[in-house]
Amino acid sequence: MHYRIEVNGRQHEIEAEPDMPLLWVLRDLLDLKGTKYGCGVSLCGACTVHLNGAATRSCITPLSSVGSASVTTIEGIGATVVGRKVQDAWLDVDVVQCGYCQAGQIMSAAALLAKTAHPADADIDRAMAGNLCRCATYVRIRKAIKQAAGVGADKAGVAP
Amino acid sequence: MKRRTFLQAGAAVGGGLLLDFYWAAAPADAATESKAVVLNAYVRLSPDGLVTIVSPNPEVGQGIKTMLPMLIAEELDVDWKDVRIEQALSDPAVYGRQFAGGSVATPLHWDPLRRVGAAGRQMLIAAAAQTWDVAPSDCDASSGVVHHRPSARHLTYGALAARAATLPAPDLKTVVLKNPKDFKIIGTSKRGIDSPLVVTGKPLFGIDITVPGMLYAVFEKCPVFGGKALSANLDAVKALPGVRDAFIVAGGTVFDGLTSGVAILGTTWWAAQKARQSLEVVWDEGPTAWQSTTGFARRALELSQRPPTLKVRSEGDVDAALTASAKVVEAAYSYPFIAHAPLEPQNCTAHFKDGKVEIWAPTQNPDPGRKIVAKTLGLTDADITIHMIRCGGGFGRRLMNDYMVEAAWISKQAGVPVKLLWSREDDMRHDFYRPAGFHFFKAGLDAAGKVQAFRDHFVSFGADGKFANAAVLTPSEFPARFVANLDFAASLMPCGVPTGPLRAPNSNALGFVFQSFIDELSVAAGRDPVQFRLDLLGERRVYENPAGPNGPTPPFDSGRMRDVLALVAEKSGWEKRASLPAGSGMGVAFYYSHFGYFAEVAQVTVSAGNLKIDKVWVAGDIGSQIINPTGAENQVQGAALDGIGEALGQVITIEGGRTVQGNFNDFPLLRIHQAPPVEVHFLVSDHPPTGVGEPALPPVVPALCNAIFAATGKRIRSLPIDPKALA
Repeated sequence: MHYRIEVNGRQHEIEAEPDMPLLWVLRDLLDLKGTKYGCGVSLCGACTVHLNGAATRSCITPLSSVGSASVTTIEGIGATVVGRKVQDAWLDVDVVQCGYCQAGQIMSAAALLAKTAHPADADIDRAMAGNLCRCATYVRIRKAIKQAAGVGADKAGVAP
Repeated sequence: MKRRTFLQAGAAVGGGLLLDFYWAAAPADAATESKAVVLNAYVRLSPDGLVTIVSPNPEVGQGIKTMLPMLIAEELDVDWKDVRIEQALSDPAVYGRQFAGGSVATPLHWDPLRRVGAAGRQMLIAAAAQTWDVAPSDCDASSGVVHHRPSARHLTYGALAARAATLPAPDLKTVVLKNPKDFKIIGTSKRGIDSPLVVTGKPLFGIDITVPGMLYAVFEKCPVFGGKALSANLDAVKALPGVRDAFIVAGGTVFDGLTSGVAILGTTWWAAQKARQSLEVVWDEGPTAWQSTTGFARRALELSQRPPTLKVRSEGDVDAALTASAKVVEAAYSYPFIAHAPLEPQNCTAHFKDGKVEIWAPTQNPDPGRKIVAKTLGLTDADITIHMIRCGGGFGRRLMNDYMVEAAWISKQAGVPVKLLWSREDDMRHDFYRPAGFHFFKAGLDAAGKVQAFRDHFVSFGADGKFANAAVLTPSEFPARFVANLDFAASLMPCGVPTGPLRAPNSNALGFVFQSFIDELSVAAGRDPVQFRLDLLGERRVYENPAGPNGPTPPFDSGRMRDVLALVAEKSGWEKRASLPAGSGMGVAFYYSHFGYFAEVAQVTVSAGNLKIDKVWVAGDIGSQIINPTGAENQVQGAALDGIGEALGQVITIEGGRTVQGNFNDFPLLRIHQAPPVEVHFLVSDHPPTGVGEPALPPVVPALCNAIFAATGKRIRSLPIDPKALA
């Protein structure tokens, strides 16, 4: 089947089966490797992208359901003000260990902050509970989200 | 580039670490001076002053690619902003053993890599002195510049690189290292070197590798460990959309090797993976099909009632001491198999061509993989090139290289480059699990509450008098040597389930059982759990340990443990815990592993059967220098939360010789709302720096369980923690 989808502001023509998950379209057909496979069934959040700004698990999103929605991936999120702030905070707080889940974490965090500029801990819990970090960098994920939002975090960052 | 060896210092420095250093051939003419100069195997200097440092070890999230170059950069004396870091190829002839495991990178590299940097600095000073025709002793170097003090002249490292390449290299043993008080890089927080690439989604991981012309592969293995594929509907599978090939791999019987299964190759991974829904395989399930978790538990109970068959340590007269004891405490503890579940499932890309194979592997341990590939494909080591790719988590799983030989074999048989990727279910069901274990404890206290006798009958897995991989109890397990009458002994069950090291191997389970049972003893003695442990540790003393199967075992220093225990008690407000509200409690535990001394306190609140972990405090002594403080804190917080995740819900169940769990619905990892704050304190002591990836994990599990006891009076003797037991 032929599809046309918009990813990070660019139109792409795609020849694929309708049930092919967006995750594999992004990774294997469009060579956007930043979005990660972790579970395939929406349990880990490593594949999180935005569809029209909403955090979406691309591993269970069939290509046929994307339609005219605007897809944003980790490769494109830095073009938004919120996305850039989140990425900067992630570096400043030095969140990353193995880093495999962090694209999904950043996408969920950016979606949260776009809607809730000053999240409370409970908001962070709700928005981020679907994103697993096997290295368990959760203490710093929370801190980085607060820093990006400019709420209740100390600003002492880490040198590059 | 043609190179000659300039140094082969310390063929076996630091217990097996081989360091060969190479010196570039001198540039033949001025034209080559614009090129970077290789200072040694680790350091390349370019005329613009940029320094490229090679990181020899696999990066699995432990931060090694940032930390090891810090050691070189410090002594070379360059600004961190001018440092670029490259991942080395797997090449044992140049870099020695390159692996990520056992938290040994720090102790193995602390001295040798600083010497590499200091040697470079000394050569650059010599080059400057030669240029100016002055004495090297009148010159200093810092921040990538050599200064001549008397004349106030200076030259940059970049300008000196070419000349330095013509000079003889110093003996690494004689180079002068900095006084730690002059450190400018070591001891300052440097964020992960690749983090800017991570947060922008650049292709960094094994799963991201692309090789021109490659196909995507899946590999269906027998669900029963050790089973064999007899036949499959290959023609039907090959006819599916996007499928290019499918074949049976006969394989062998060694788990960390090529085992039997069916390979499917597709134009996308999705096509190959979807084809598995139509795949029908006839398996010979083999003898493990009768093994199960319930069977193991039943057998363990039977064996506990018989005399143990394997002596581990025996001192004094435990039976007599038990008879003479004022109080005898008895308890049975157990823990389950658990999986590593790194978030990046196992994968490997391989290209077999003309009798050689190039491999891109997210592996913690490339060289054993090379040996397995060589043996299985009938190649020599020299035929195999291994690129070590950043791992999306290791935790010990990627010490094994089964995925590597699978990819190499499938590429050879299919005749194309292949990216093999396991599904999450493959990963969960074909792991080398942290083995389950069963401990039957008995101890006696005298009237004053002092431990007089201690016995552990450990029912574990193994055969022929040998413990299975990572199913070990050693003679130096605490409280061995701290109780006069002590018996450690084991009974072994055969096990067809692959087992292997999981972060803090052995210790991740032994910490739970020993530090929980010791907590029971403190309660029976009517003593404060911290004070009881301090009394048990006794006076400050260093206890030498006999060499283990992997070489020298570090000594145990009871003074260092006392100090971290006292520190964590102070930081957590342990003395004031009586003022906690009803339903809240604090638990404490300590554990020594991988050279690190860690004591931890957990505070929990249990209300209406719901467990909330309020906070964890960690005190650790890993020596005189925290090399990269931000990385060390991150590792410790992660290790503590990792242990909590294991305790809260992780279990792998074996039924019919196969793993029941398949994904994160039935094998839950810790989520953010379950993660408490973790406050980390390092106690700086006068000992060489040691590693931090593992030793913070073992104490958190018993600290948590002991806190649950303090809050509820309910003792957790089996993992994972059963929420029903808290109601």
